[in-house]
Amino acid sequence: MININEVYETNKMIEQENLDVRTITLGISLLDCADNNLDELNRKIYDKITTVAKNLVATGKSIEREYGIPIVNKRISVTPIALIGASACKCPEDYVKIAETLDRAAKTVGVNFIGGYSALVSKGMTQSDENLIRSIPKALAITERVCSSVNVGSTKTGINMDAVKLLGEIILETAEKTKERDSLGCAKLVVFCNAPDDNPFMAGAFHGVTEADAVINVGVSGPGVVKTALQEIHGADFETLCETIKKTAFKITRVGQLVAKEASKKMNIPFGIIDLSLAPTPAVGDSIAEIFEEMGLEYAGAPGTTAALALLNDQVKKGGVMASSYVGGLSGAFIPVSEDQGMINAVSAGALTLEKLEAMTCVCSVGLDMIAIPGDTKASTISGIIADEMAIGMVNQKTTAARLIPVIGKKVGDRAEFGGLLGYAPIMPVNQFSCDAFINRGGRIPAPIHSFKN
Amino acid sequence: MKKTIITVVGKDRVGIIANICTYLANNRVNILDITQTIVQGYFNMMMIVDSNESPKNFEQLATELEQIGEEIGVIIKTQHEDIFNKMHRL
Repeated sequence: MININEVYETNKMIEQENLDVRTITLGISLLDCADNNLDELNRKIYDKITTVAKNLVATGKSIEREYGIPIVNKRISVTPIALIGASACKCPEDYVKIAETLDRAAKTVGVNFIGGYSALVSKGMTQSDENLIRSIPKALAITERVCSSVNVGSTKTGINMDAVKLLGEIILETAEKTKERDSLGCAKLVVFCNAPDDNPFMAGAFHGVTEADAVINVGVSGPGVVKTALQEIHGADFETLCETIKKTAFKITRVGQLVAKEASKKMNIPFGIIDLSLAPTPAVGDSIAEIFEEMGLEYAGAPGTTAALALLNDQVKKGGVMASSYVGGLSGAFIPVSEDQGMINAVSAGALTLEKLEAMTCVCSVGLDMIAIPGDTKASTISGIIADEMAIGMVNQKTTAARLIPVIGKKVGDRAEFGGLLGYAPIMPVNQFSCDAFINRGGRIPAPIHSFKN
Repeated sequence: MKKTIITVVGKDRVGIIANICTYLANNRVNILDITQTIVQGYFNMMMIVDSNESPKNFEQLATELEQIGEEIGVIIKTQHEDIFNKMHRL
């Protein structure tokens, strides 16, 4: 039988250490909505989302109530829209109409983000893909809840450098169109290499074509819980450190598994995966950087940070896989800058640079995330940073992503304010040397030798 | 049978258990186990209860217990036992 200490431990994690279920994300396939008439297509998309997801928010709330665990976000991911709109959308403007439909559907069912305004172009772009990509700046400027992502590379296909070049320009244009809000549009746009089909976390979530008609994916969180557990074994050796992270990750993931199963049962929609990521928020004590500090680094970014992140990421996975039958998505430690107070402090103190973050992305679960850079950064430079990040993912057979925010009108030393879960970020300096000639070559980078496994 | 865990935390005073138990009895909630400690003057109690016979649903019980907590100056939390089982048992 459950004893009082166990009950106390669980409730302390929830009340004092910010343990929560970060998101229940309902993946919905829109493949059956495809139509060559744009109005008809929009109607079908709206109807399908508002029908399948009508109980999502209520279900989330009732689970919160029954188990006493906060479920911070209820969200929706849909099939990449470039596939759905291929027949109906003849120009970027047509795609913007679909973005508006998605936004409207999200508001109707009460979710705060809807992901899947996406194109998968890791080897080549169709005209439809290109139209969607070109529509992103306007789509993100006029909608509130739509999130966009583009997969530009994979270990199997190499990197589509034409798309990388185009996205450098698109990111700048998105920044320009949302400059009144510190270029917030770019916070809703992720460029991926090896994007997973079942990621529940925004802004990069989409419902892959390999998925069922509808599926529930859950993202758990809890950097604060890990940090507190490490405080209790302060100064212990690496074996104890790793064991502690592993056990904590297990406990956190079990809660996610419970919530996912309950949501699946209540909504009669199959359970997909648990994404066992440590996702920080701007709240004090809910920070990955504070875990590094507890491990013994003065600031995130100090020598040793990559090693600390590598072990953290690995132990989270090791603890998590035993706690859930199906683990997927991104699964690991996120290192966004603006969403993590400890990371912000590290940047402000000069301890953490873009180059160090790039090194850290070799061992973290995603990539260069929520990084504010000067608004006058050249498109080709942004493309160059993206290309570097994609190369890390391609060669290491892992997901990498870039969510860069060139904040129009701001320079190094200024601060961008995004508000809410997105937090704020100091503008980070970018290497000023040119990569124009490299980015302008065109074409694609071939897949690496170790991708040939057949 | 799905069991419910009720936890009560707050400054110790006369009648905390009496208040809660009266409410539970009136609503046909059966108490299976009670553990209680006082830590630094703070009252900590955990009850394992069976509410299957209660005419009220989980939401009503949880809300009304919260209100009783506010009246007597303690925090009362009601949760299904599964969250603890999942986290602490293989």
